[in-house]
Amino acid sequence: MDKFTTLRGVAAPLPMVNVDTDKIIPKQFLKTIARTGLSKGLFYEMRFDEDGKPKEGFVLDQPAYKNAQILVAGDNFGCGSSREHAPWALLDAGIRCIVSTGFADIFYNNCFKNGILPIVLPKAQVDMLMDDAGRGANAILSIDLKDQVITGPDGGTISFEVDPFRKHCLLNGLDDIGLTLEKADKIDDYEAKQNHSQPWLAG
Amino acid sequence: MSKPRTLFDKIWDTHVVSRQDDGTCLIYIDRHLIHEVTSPQAFEGLRLSGRKVRRPGAALAVADHNVPTSDRSRGIDDEESRIQVETLERNCAEYGIEYYGMDDVRQGIVHIIGPEQGFTLPGMTIVCGDSHTSTHGAFGALAFGIGTSEVEHVLATQTLIQKPAKNMRITVEGQAHAGVTAKDLVLAIIAKLGTAGGTGHVVEYAGEAIQALSMEGRMTVCNMSIEAGARAGLIAPDETTFDYVQGRPMAPKAGQWETALAYWKTLPSDPGATYDTEVTLNAADIEPQVTWGTSPEDVAPISGHVPNPANVSDEGKRDAMRRSLDYMGLSAGMAVQDIKIDTVFIGSCTNGRIEDLRQVAALAKGRQVAPGVHAMIVPGSGLVKNQAEEEGLDKIFKAAGFDWREPGCSMCLAMNADKLAPGERCASTSNRNFEGRQGRGGRTHLVSPGMATAAAFAGRLADVRDLG
Ligand code: SF4
Repeated sequence: MDKFTTLRGVAAPLPMVNVDTDKIIPKQFLKTIARTGLSKGLFYEMRFDEDGKPKEGFVLDQPAYKNAQILVAGDNFGCGSSREHAPWALLDAGIRCIVSTGFADIFYNNCFKNGILPIVLPKAQVDMLMDDAGRGANAILSIDLKDQVITGPDGGTISFEVDPFRKHCLLNGLDDIGLTLEKADKIDDYEAKQNHSQPWLAG
Repeated sequence: MSKPRTLFDKIWDTHVVSRQDDGTCLIYIDRHLIHEVTSPQAFEGLRLSGRKVRRPGAALAVADHNVPTSDRSRGIDDEESRIQVETLERNCAEYGIEYYGMDDVRQGIVHIIGPEQGFTLPGMTIVCGDSHTSTHGAFGALAFGIGTSEVEHVLATQTLIQKPAKNMRITVEGQAHAGVTAKDLVLAIIAKLGTAGGTGHVVEYAGEAIQALSMEGRMTVCNMSIEAGARAGLIAPDETTFDYVQGRPMAPKAGQWETALAYWKTLPSDPGATYDTEVTLNAADIEPQVTWGTSPEDVAPISGHVPNPANVSDEGKRDAMRRSLDYMGLSAGMAVQDIKIDTVFIGSCTNGRIEDLRQVAALAKGRQVAPGVHAMIVPGSGLVKNQAEEEGLDKIFKAAGFDWREPGCSMCLAMNADKLAPGERCASTSNRNFEGRQGRGGRTHLVSPGMATAAAFAGRLADVRDLG
């Protein structure tokens, strides 16, 4: 996983509420056995018509937002299916940070596993950043994970919360599985204990 | 005396392997269900890092999302779907994981086969790379959906890194009226909570109306917990649970059964246990429900009307409602019962179990699917299909004009060939009415199996209670 330390980039506004993961990447793109190349399915039905021809106007296709790395999104972003294809597709399209008033749990978790920083802020601040993001190519936000601060295009700052363990993993690009395997003896102990107390679970 | 604990607290505490100072825990995972869509990249990750599957015997795999529900003798036509299913089969063989292939009678939707086999038991932690893993909470197991990175984590370590969720209790008091089923209760609950109302919580369902439900009904309720944003749903195990579990192929055998039972009986929440959030509904207030929009919270009673965005004060919500009505091709204020339908889908991990099919059959005798309506019934598993055929339900379905198919996810997410055409409108017993969920441009109305049957006969959304 790539580290996330600081990020300076264009923020794109996506004010819709309840953007579900079916909308982020529809099912026809879930048939892959790879985790790369999924940006072709990102927000597919909003970007392409039934014959696969590009539609005009979706925010990430506008010239000003082509290189957006940050998404400022409406409430409850990423609800629905657990598909990790959603953050894979966002990452493949260059998105490294998403700001919203709220995220669905599984999506939120999946972001951290892929080096994407999801930031939860109160509505007034998201509204402000949404306005900033509306300024096209001037919608530049800077994000500093270590200090937990977002700096807007006019120099105003907003601080945000993030779970310390997740922050640590993201800052250092750590592999969860490697960390857990260091505790293999504890897992062995647990299994031995469980085999004794709940023998019907063994096997 | 120790502090009274909830069912969730007890399962959580029992599964903590280690705890960090900031409250992050390593929790042990007892059972892992696997399907073809969310697992290939996890196995690939293991292979690339040279890691092993820690406990293959704790996993069970099945192909369900991509499988055809019509004639299977030719295999899977779609190449990508076929490769995905074959990849799962190969991965399971390589890592020694039990796999139910398409020609195995035990094959079916992952959340149907776990309970059916006794793989799902009270007090367990169960995960699957699928958000509807919450279904298994009906047994008093802590069951939740995970992403593919976490699937890999569980394969390699049999654990997950988690923080405890908040506790919510939803109490449904009193008795439900005739014609009001588990599906109606859970749709009413989602309408009340909203699609993000359960975020960060594990929901325990309680109260007389919940206790009165069969295991099938309880699974329907827990299945849709995720539609209210909850990580998991739980129902305290009781005699209904134990009766269902006993004798299943993977359930504890005589000798261990008594020990297991004694343990399971300690699981229900202690009197006086407290919850971060409490919600109460009265079953008597709940009518058969339908959804009118593109979020599972967009619910109306069958006697109701499509709402008017002009009456909504919040701008974001108003825009979302306008967009929904536009997508759904509905006008504000129209009676729900005036909504005509083209298709009926009965099946999915929400309502593809034997009890659901029995309800449909009981209503279908002597009636005919309306002209022009395609009504399909997709059993949740091969065993459900066999059971239904043993009971002669398939004959009733076919005589009434239903299309009786092979088991799988089918039109719940339209990843196989079963999908809606643009603009086509469907009364569906599945769990998601998102834009494009059942096929691009398709319009979904979520309902109970009885309501789907009533819609099939009327050719429009109709009140199951009028069928008598
Ligand atoms: S039936 Fe639908 S919701 Fe259930 S597992 Fe299959 S696709 Fe997912």
